Amino acid sequence: MSDKFAIETRDLTKTYDGTTVVDHLNFFVRENEVFGLLGPNGAGKTTTILMMLGLTEPASGTVKVFDYNPTREPLQVKRIVGYLPEEVGFYDNLTARENLRFIADLNKIPPAETERRIDNVLEMVGLADARDMITAKYSRGMRQRLGIADVLIKEPKLVILDEPTSGLDPSGINHLLDIICGLPKMGTTVLLSSHQLYQVQRVCHSVGILSKGKLVIEGSIAELGREALAGGRYIIEVETAQPRPELVNTLGKIKGVDKVEIKDNILTISTGADLRSQIAKAVVDSDALLVQMKVHEFSLDDIYMKYFKER
Amino acid sequence: MIAIVRKELADYFTSIRFFVLFLLVLATSGYGLFAAYNGIRQALLESGAVTGSGFVFVALFTSGQGIFTLIFFLTILVPIIGIALGFDAINSERSNGTLSRLLAQPVYRDSVINGKFLAGIITLTIMITTTLLLVSGYGIRMIGVPPNPEEIIRIFLFLVLNIIYGAFWMGLAMLFSVVSRKVSVSLLITIAIWVILFLWTLMGPVLAATLAQSTQGQLTLIRISPLFLFSEATTVLLVPAYRLGFMTMSQAEMSYVIPNPLALGQSMITIWPHLAILVSLSVICFALSYVLFMRQEIRAT
Repeated sequence: MSDKFAIETRDLTKTYDGTTVVDHLNFFVRENEVFGLLGPNGAGKTTTILMMLGLTEPASGTVKVFDYNPTREPLQVKRIVGYLPEEVGFYDNLTARENLRFIADLNKIPPAETERRIDNVLEMVGLADARDMITAKYSRGMRQRLGIADVLIKEPKLVILDEPTSGLDPSGINHLLDIICGLPKMGTTVLLSSHQLYQVQRVCHSVGILSKGKLVIEGSIAELGREALAGGRYIIEVETAQPRPELVNTLGKIKGVDKVEIKDNILTISTGADLRSQIAKAVVDSDALLVQMKVHEFSLDDIYMKYFKER
Repeated sequence: MIAIVRKELADYFTSIRFFVLFLLVLATSGYGLFAAYNGIRQALLESGAVTGSGFVFVALFTSGQGIFTLIFFLTILVPIIGIALGFDAINSERSNGTLSRLLAQPVYRDSVINGKFLAGIITLTIMITTTLLLVSGYGIRMIGVPPNPEEIIRIFLFLVLNIIYGAFWMGLAMLFSVVSRKVSVSLLITIAIWVILFLWTLMGPVLAATLAQSTQGQLTLIRISPLFLFSEATTVLLVPAYRLGFMTMSQAEMSYVIPNPLALGQSMITIWPHLAILVSLSVICFALSYVLFMRQEIRAT
């Protein structure tokens, strides 16, 4: 990750026939990170993406992709950005190789280089065996993988994936997520739009949640969880065998501990910092047997549900 | 844009559609030769008797029994080729989900539609040229009279006219492929337009006669149809002795017409308005589809 921004939006707004689909959106994506754009259907994710590519004009506000304005300089942007649309399609009468060759041709990649890159990307997505099969015979998962190959053939600096995992089987999803994880190492920034929270959590460094065209929250997943659900606290769960009632008081006296709750054998401690070692010592000193202790990790599900329960 | 033209051409040449159209082209050529074989002697006797002109070779394209001539067949066939090449140009890309992928590449949006149109014109040119060359080649064998230089120019102009006429139909089909999201709808609309105009050309003279007060008005009404314009223009080009005025002249006036062929320049002047209308119709169709396509939202769904 670096401090340079791959994408930067400022008050980005789009209206269709009087309805505001994207409403004063402000966010940025750092170079070489995987950014997840989340939100329910119709939240304005695809519209935002189309504006980044210059395929749709913003009603007001600006978006910058590597310091280019997609509305004014669409070609410069499209030269360095790979886009995988949600419903990706190929020319059914052509083979995978021919489809990729056409895209390479449009990107003015020299022919010798093209063949090398095609072999590379097809190998990478695991379609090397099916390269000379016409894409009409491809399964949903193969198409999606070919879509990834198609995006990578131009060796982009930024990849925008719109719901890349929809319609894939679990092993296909895993494979795809592995590829996505590897992209930042190759110097490619990834913007991933999805509502598959678990997958986003697995690969994204930071996320932004969209709702009705507005950005509800943005940041890294660990940060977001603490901010959103625990008011910036750490929640530490301690399981002991036969805790004594005094233990709760003892723990409450440790500096930094705000609240201790006990339920059966599990103590839930809310703290301002990671105080696991102090807590462990206190538990052991009280002669209770420490079974396990962990810092509660917030899943994206928790964060997401909190935001969408509120409205 | 060259990449798009190249790909579209490759698509056309490898598609079943192209194969079927090519069979049609072969059938047309054969049909035209057959018609000429049956009718050319009669036609030459008639025209030779009237004009004594030296235009034997071009009679290959126009002779036949009644309306069953090669140029009549082309009047119907060229629209079919044009429609077949253009009806799914844009909306098939949209429904296959390739349009958004294509436009995310570093190409200008107009290159897409320009490239498709250009590739269509090239395909059209190849098909019509093939037809004319086949008929000419076998025609020379059949009648044993080579074309004279003026006839070669006339046939070339006839080819250009065919291409413009085909371009109009392709532009029309493409326009509906931009407007309508469904391939079937755009195909049906263009075919409906073609059928209506065709019927108008067949029945128009009768209908127009009841509608219009003067023969001139009657002619104007029939000329609404590009099919009629095309057939008039081709007749003038290929039958040098033909006069547009034949349609409106009375029997008495006819007898004053000097029965000699028009010079090439005069033929051109005669069909200039037809040419201008056909060109502008193609341009209007293409320009409309261009503008609509440039303004369209590119959403996958």
